[in-house]
Amino acid sequence: MRWLPLAMFAALAVLLAAGVWLSRRPDRDVLPSTLIGKPAPTFSLPVLHEPGRLVSLADLKGAPFVLNVWGSWCPTCREEHPVLTRFAETKRVRVIGLDWKDDPADAQRWLEQFGNPYWMVLTDQDGGTVIDFGVAAAPETFLVDGNGIVRWKKAGAMTDATIRDELLPALVQLERGR
Amino acid sequence: MIRWLCVLLLACASTLALAQVSDPAPLRFNDRAEEQRFHALVTELRCVMCQNQSLADSNAMVAHDMRREVLAWMRQGKTDAQIQDALVARYGEFVLYKPRIEEKTWLLWFGPALLLLAGGFVVARVVRRHAGDKTIPADDQQEW
Repeated sequence: MRWLPLAMFAALAVLLAAGVWLSRRPDRDVLPSTLIGKPAPTFSLPVLHEPGRLVSLADLKGAPFVLNVWGSWCPTCREEHPVLTRFAETKRVRVIGLDWKDDPADAQRWLEQFGNPYWMVLTDQDGGTVIDFGVAAAPETFLVDGNGIVRWKKAGAMTDATIRDELLPALVQLERGR
Repeated sequence: MIRWLCVLLLACASTLALAQVSDPAPLRFNDRAEEQRFHALVTELRCVMCQNQSLADSNAMVAHDMRREVLAWMRQGKTDAQIQDALVARYGEFVLYKPRIEEKTWLLWFGPALLLLAGGFVVARVVRRHAGDKTIPADDQQEW
């Protein structure tokens, strides 16, 4: 009985250590993705550079594509931009931009200023499609396979390491699976 | 003089309060019941951007959009449970402030009761052991 306080202290210390251990990931604030392995939400969105033209998920099916949610108002997207550009220039897969709640003029100016890495840019001005994708903050990037199934997602800015260690292996894996 | 100054200050304060309403497109409710249902729903949802605020309090862009979406779903005739399910499907269990009772959350929900039971058990044992002896325990070196 006299060991009880020590035992309680040890139990609390273990609990504390477990809490610290479980929160060791630097991206622990990122929400777990619920979309992986599920069909991407359907959408029909105007193209930034041709406002009259609508593109839907069905139009993009047939081959995998990367969907990058960004906005000209988003400083982290600017940080990610060179990384995305380097990746897009390899022409490994279609990289589609999803311009989120943005003034089309601002978005076009941003792309002219920094360069347009995208194969195509869609715009979601009321933010509905972006919410369907479960996006909390820009930038967020999805890998969607040819059947419209989401295979991979990254919340926050991608780095060259993210692309090398996560996106490319996921792409190789889904190409092998087809 | 001072009274007029007070009135002037109060007037300024109220305009400042107005200036803080920054929602570009405030939601309009059809009636009081709809507004109450909406508020009950969004205070139980977590903002996904600023994770320590409820959807009702948050001023983040995505929270504006999510509130608008919730109201739109309400008007489409979805029930509260369907709206919660729709948001959980997008953002995960995290959006619910009150976790649902399921296998994963049993420990969370019933853990405190278990602890209370265990504590009660220990107290009962201690009390029963000392119930017989009325004398002061010889082992009084213990300081606790």
